[in-house]
Amino acid sequence: MRNQATLKFGGKEFHSRLIVGTGKYPDSPTMQKALEASGAEIVTVAVRRVNLDRTQESLLDYIDLKRYTLLPNTAGCYTADEAIKYARLAREVGMSEMVKLEVIGDQRTLFPDNEELLKATRILVKEGFIVLPYTNDDPIMARKLEDAGAAAVMPLGAPIGSGLGIRNPQNILIILETVRLPVIVDAGVGTASDAAIAMELGCDGVLMNTGIAGAKDPVMMADAMRKAIEAGRQAYLAGRIPKKSYATASTTMEGMIE
Amino acid sequence: MEIRLNGKVREVAEGITVRRLLDDLGLHPMRVAVQRNLDIIKRDRYDEVVLQPGDTVEILTVMAGG
Repeated sequence: MRNQATLKFGGKEFHSRLIVGTGKYPDSPTMQKALEASGAEIVTVAVRRVNLDRTQESLLDYIDLKRYTLLPNTAGCYTADEAIKYARLAREVGMSEMVKLEVIGDQRTLFPDNEELLKATRILVKEGFIVLPYTNDDPIMARKLEDAGAAAVMPLGAPIGSGLGIRNPQNILIILETVRLPVIVDAGVGTASDAAIAMELGCDGVLMNTGIAGAKDPVMMADAMRKAIEAGRQAYLAGRIPKKSYATASTTMEGMIE
Repeated sequence: MEIRLNGKVREVAEGITVRRLLDDLGLHPMRVAVQRNLDIIKRDRYDEVVLQPGDTVEILTVMAGG
């Protein structure tokens, strides 16, 4: 059983098991309130060109760095070389040694290119990065990423932004048995029950963006997700009843009148 | 002199340092990463690295993302 009280990687300890993205919110103040409501301690960010044409608000104006740990991603990268370049640039911005490593294989599904992902993981681990790779639900791949030195394994529940939930819970269970690393479901969460299901399976955490940012009320959804993660985790630790095909009565037949 | 900055041609002062360029652009050195001609310039070198005509410079920062 994965019963560690906190989420640990890269020498840091976190109490919240919900990691939240900063993308796609209707506006920055909503994002800020949603992050607060979520209780997240880690938030993902992208690394992109500074806008030089006008002085626009900076994302960092809305994220208290004393409160949140930044997890830069390598979104938009299709090769190991590109992802490595972005990881190095992200580290240079100086906010984090952690990187959410994404190497995408296909624009329509945004599924990972696992071959390039593994290559990039090995190189970045050697350079001292704390690598959190976004991967699929293949337990063999999860084991290879662990062997390569990743700090966690982040299997997708369903395609990014699809809201389809945990499409293959059996594989997630096998991944949980295969690696000793923290397993964080990343991508596909659409509503609170999806997050709860991930935690009930025994996952160490859940990462989501669209599920919150795209909701009609992102702040309310962030609060719902926080509760779902806590409830799912507690249910897992409490030890659920087994699933059975037939009924077992909750009330004894004894003491019934004739 | 001309350099290429974030994908666009830009006129800057001869002998400008990375630090000075950031100052002119109103950018905080602690919040960016700078790449010149495919090399990442470390922050402690911003005052010494002098840009050359034709340099390709990329200045990046953290932006919203999932």
